[in-house]
Amino acid sequence: MALLPPKNRLWWNEPLHRMEIVWITIAFLWGIAMFSTMIWWHIYGEQNLSNESYRILPEVYAERVEAMIEEYQVGEDEFGMPIVRPPVGADVYLQARLWDWSPILELVEGETYRLHISSLDWQHGFSLQPTNINLQVHPGYEMVVTLTPNESGEFGIVCNEFCGIGHHLMTGRINVLDREAAKAAGMQLAAGE
Amino acid sequence: MASIAVPGRQVVEERFRTCPDTGLEVHAKAETLIRVNVLTAVAFLAVGGLFGLLIALTRWQAIHLLPAEWFYLVLTAHGAAVLIFWIMFFEVALFYFTSAVVLNSRLATPMMAWVAYVLMLVGALVATVAVLQGNSSVMFTSYPPLQAAPHFYLGLILFAVGTLISCFIFLGTLVVAKDEGTYEGSIPLATFGGLTAVIIMIFTLASGAIILIPTFLWSLGIIGTIDPLTYKLVWWGLGHSSQQVNVTLHVVVWYTIAALVLGARPLSEKVSRTAFLLYILFLQLASAHHLLVEPGLSSSWKIFNTSYAMYLAVLGSMIHGMSVPGAVEAAQRRLGHTKGIFGWLREAPWGNPAFAGMFLSLVMFGFLGGISGVILGTEQINILMHNTLYVPGHFHATVVCGTTLAFMAVTYLLIPIFFQRDLVFPRMAKWQPYVFGAGAAGISLFMMGAGTLGVARRHWDITFTDALISFDYPATAFFMLGLNGLSALVAAAGGVMYVLVVFGSVFWGKRRTAAEAKTHPIAPGAIALRTYGSEGTLKLPGTIVLVAVFFIAFALYYFINWRFLAGIWGMN
Repeated sequence: MALLPPKNRLWWNEPLHRMEIVWITIAFLWGIAMFSTMIWWHIYGEQNLSNESYRILPEVYAERVEAMIEEYQVGEDEFGMPIVRPPVGADVYLQARLWDWSPILELVEGETYRLHISSLDWQHGFSLQPTNINLQVHPGYEMVVTLTPNESGEFGIVCNEFCGIGHHLMTGRINVLDREAAKAAGMQLAAGE
Repeated sequence: MASIAVPGRQVVEERFRTCPDTGLEVHAKAETLIRVNVLTAVAFLAVGGLFGLLIALTRWQAIHLLPAEWFYLVLTAHGAAVLIFWIMFFEVALFYFTSAVVLNSRLATPMMAWVAYVLMLVGALVATVAVLQGNSSVMFTSYPPLQAAPHFYLGLILFAVGTLISCFIFLGTLVVAKDEGTYEGSIPLATFGGLTAVIIMIFTLASGAIILIPTFLWSLGIIGTIDPLTYKLVWWGLGHSSQQVNVTLHVVVWYTIAALVLGARPLSEKVSRTAFLLYILFLQLASAHHLLVEPGLSSSWKIFNTSYAMYLAVLGSMIHGMSVPGAVEAAQRRLGHTKGIFGWLREAPWGNPAFAGMFLSLVMFGFLGGISGVILGTEQINILMHNTLYVPGHFHATVVCGTTLAFMAVTYLLIPIFFQRDLVFPRMAKWQPYVFGAGAAGISLFMMGAGTLGVARRHWDITFTDALISFDYPATAFFMLGLNGLSALVAAAGGVMYVLVVFGSVFWGKRRTAAEAKTHPIAPGAIALRTYGSEGTLKLPGTIVLVAVFFIAFALYYFINWRFLAGIWGMN
């Protein structure tokens, strides 16, 4: 037994005190819990992003959006933006470009759609308000999200990725019809009551 | 200022002086470099802080100060000036401090340190000029296909090369100190933390080189396209990892201030160093934080990376979060402040701006920055927050409340040590951390509040006056942005106080004499800083209460956000 501590002490030989080991254990278990929560939510939660995405040429994507608009257009707003009402369960396409979101989609509350999003030029940010869903939109990548609106009303789309001087002008809209209105308009609904 | 012969040192030509306050032997060339880097940093903080104020006053819809073009330009300049230039010049000074000064060594290759400084300065000025010319309003992140002028990227590359050189000077100094036997045993904790930061910095700058050099060539037209997703993945290896350098170094600053002011030692060298090791091993995965709502990446990739491999780096921060206040409490109790659970905290030197700034930085970084960062980086919860004002709210809590406040606090010790001057406006200095801290806390909280309501970041006009399709954010959001503007005014006042004290002191402060230093010596603190050893006292009820409160706040806020998420549209 040496009376004095050795001169060249090594940090990995230092004692670990009880208070510290308790806190480290709690913090470690909390980390595992948070990690598991994300996985658990993928199994039981209802808000998860899909892993479905494709590489696509912007001009090909634009053609698909055009085709959908042609097939399901029901009108246009005062500035000429087409309003599109696709059948429930359909693949719906939203296009971001400098500086608008096209078209205005009309969906039905409680029904599920496959929403495709891509950009024709720069990166944009899809921010659906006030429900508060925020997705990143890249040119050349097509993201597909299976979406089920749980409330009716008018929802704004704001661009929240900086895309040049007109960024703050880049807005769009999704209208969600309530189920009664959709039935009155003669739409076939899929989801049960 | 005579040259000092230290036994075992082979180089006798180098000039050293013994600091009368701390007893540190300071290498003259290292001292000059530390001074110059600190002052350059503060100059960039002054400019960048002013830009920040202009932004906050523009987002305050009632004032809406700048026109759109200027807003985006100033926003880009703000990010570059404070997040890169202020912080990194200061970090280079800390590299030289934690290597040469703490180890009693000479600095390796001071000439190269000057080359590094000149490269960084030229790079910073070139990039700033590029932004101010108006063709490079691409934001801090410069995501392609958005393109800046070539000299914007070139400036950043030059700056990065300079920083890289200073990293190698740090490593070289470790070799010199070891070789010349200027210390014994393991390197002190501050140097260990500095080494951690240098390792992460090298990773960071390598990522930067991999992405910024092709982007520079693309801006010249030599390369056809840059894939936007690949850019983001690699760029954030630079952008986020550099924030981990900041975290590491402000933790080093916390330990340093606790040591110098109170003679505090880490509770256990093993625990604190393991926490730094966790940073090295896992922090680099954080690029994923910016890719959580991106197409083309799988959920398993996102979950593993965003959690730093099951939150092992968060574990590191939570360890420091206990270890630093624990070290303060232990030191205070040793000094006789033993009344009750919080007597040590009540009787802490709150009038010393170094201590006050350090403790505010610690608390706000943990409660505001740390918790919000984990929430924001949770894969699904990110859907609620991506690119909203919550994001700048979060990182102002980490980088302004945390890093900037800690760096300001340590400046109050660097001025007497390296400039040998007294502070000019001591009362102003005393209040400065509180004023700046209150403003910074307000900025962070109110931006997070507006972000929770969905307000977009980097957005000139959320009234959408000129947009074809309009949308109304809730009135509360506008109220939050007003409070954010007021907080920015308070923070700016705190910033002005800091700049006045720093420049006033280094140019006009009274020169310190050895006799004066003895009236308030921090010499015992310097021994705690530069030697190795754990704290013995471990009855720390106050720290236990603090971490318990932190943990409860963390867990509650975490689950509240899952509740928010459960309320939005179903998606899978």
